[in-house]
Amino acid sequence: MNWLPEGGRLVAALPDWIGQLVTVFGVLIVVLSVAAGLIWYERRLLALVQDRYGPNRVGPAGLLQVLADTFKILFKEDWVPPFADRRVFVVAPSIVFATALLSFMVVPVAEGIVVADIDVGLLFVLAMSSLAVYSVVLAGWASRSKYSLVGGLRAAAQMVSYEVFMGLSLVGVVTMAGSFDLTRIVEAQRGLWYVVPQFVGFVVFVVAGLAETRRLPFDLVEAESELVAGFHTEYSGMKFGMFFVGEYIAVTLVSALIATLFFGGWLGPWLPGVMWFLIKTGVFITFFVVARGTFPRPRYDQLMALGWKVMLPVSLVNLLVTGAIVVAGQ
Amino acid sequence: MHSPQPRDPSAQPSRTHPPLTADVVTTGRLARRGQSLAPRIYRTVVSTLQALGIVIGHAFHSRDTVQYPDEMVYLPPRYRGRIVLSRDPHGAERCVACYLCAVACPVDCIALQATQDETGRRYPAWFRINFSRCIFCGFCEDACPTYAIQLTPDVEMCEYERPNMVYEKEDLLIAGTGKYHDYDFYRVAGQAVGGKDKGAAEREAPPVDLHDLLP
Repeated sequence: MNWLPEGGRLVAALPDWIGQLVTVFGVLIVVLSVAAGLIWYERRLLALVQDRYGPNRVGPAGLLQVLADTFKILFKEDWVPPFADRRVFVVAPSIVFATALLSFMVVPVAEGIVVADIDVGLLFVLAMSSLAVYSVVLAGWASRSKYSLVGGLRAAAQMVSYEVFMGLSLVGVVTMAGSFDLTRIVEAQRGLWYVVPQFVGFVVFVVAGLAETRRLPFDLVEAESELVAGFHTEYSGMKFGMFFVGEYIAVTLVSALIATLFFGGWLGPWLPGVMWFLIKTGVFITFFVVARGTFPRPRYDQLMALGWKVMLPVSLVNLLVTGAIVVAGQ
Repeated sequence: MHSPQPRDPSAQPSRTHPPLTADVVTTGRLARRGQSLAPRIYRTVVSTLQALGIVIGHAFHSRDTVQYPDEMVYLPPRYRGRIVLSRDPHGAERCVACYLCAVACPVDCIALQATQDETGRRYPAWFRINFSRCIFCGFCEDACPTYAIQLTPDVEMCEYERPNMVYEKEDLLIAGTGKYHDYDFYRVAGQAVGGKDKGAAEREAPPVDLHDLLP
């Protein structure tokens, strides 16, 4: 398989499965490193826009803060509430982790480099995000406490509603590219990035992505000042850490998807494809972090009203117009 | 009786006649201006971009944090920090052991014992302040008639053992005059002590001779 676009003979002699193994481990390690590094990045960047320093004592520029936090959380007491449903309680945090990591299978990081080139890659990603709803529902239900239950209910309703137009906004992209395959979608953007013709879809997808990952301004269900801590009230120690890092992996995933679907993925001059992909993903991760520092939190009914009364009609109209133009062009 | 005309929401209230209530309510068609879809979308987008602009603009401001202990935060000269016992401009200690500071202290952290030297001048035999109780209110400084006890802008006095936070007189006494450089109590008081008779203080006239008929 080719690693360089011009067909370098560097790895042409090795069997295919070595290349695939390297790709798998490469994507896994990079994603986990980015998600862990996001802990540091978010705290420093939020502090930068808030006229203060973030953690800058532990290690150079505070980089070892991640390590310190990890050690601290690993050594915490692993406590399951006696009134909780034990097996479900323990399983719930790993679901968001697992689904987000699985979604990275289909994201193309460079030309021809993708862990699994599935024909229905985009559908697979949407299916994985639907499965992620289970984590909050099961966490809220298995905790058997009032705050968790209400938080879990709100989270489930929020995520399920925003998923509707997350899918719909992407159908415009699929129509224009003619395929659900993410590599084909990136290839189809060689002429013009889809953010230009599908700007409305892009905005809707960003809002839906914020809501799916439960980031501000849609973090009502887990914010510290709301409902104690929402569905993860009863979680402590490594299970809480898994929710936390799982959320960062989901943020990385949504940023990578925005870059892939609307901003041309790994396309770009001079630099190798991987660099462009990382740069674009980094820009959107930065946007997610800055959005956290900017927007006030809407009330839950305002959040649901925004979803159903504004986002859904907008995405349907976008779909209508895109479909009409594509059909008329044929 | 006609109803009052609704105020135009875009009209500025006059400076001499501000609205009588905090919330000015408009009704009717004037109230519905700017509430339809396009103006609301415009306002939402503009306010979102303004908010993002303000927040990102803050990335270019300098940070307000003082990196203690590498940098020290500014403490003004009258900051109520560590307590000291000062001396007068001639080098003798100012404290006359009048117990006023111990009485004024709201948490009773000052203890002392008065004694007299051979010239008749009072001074504390021992003087103890328990800084684990002290609330740094400054009442002792306000009560002191000789400007002996003063609060200085020094706050770095942490200890690991609680008994180390009880300061004795040798820990409290300083070599200088503290914040008040010229005041010398015994030079203005009327008390007759070693080195000064009655009537020899500053701005004091000598005592009148009762048995003399002359003015």
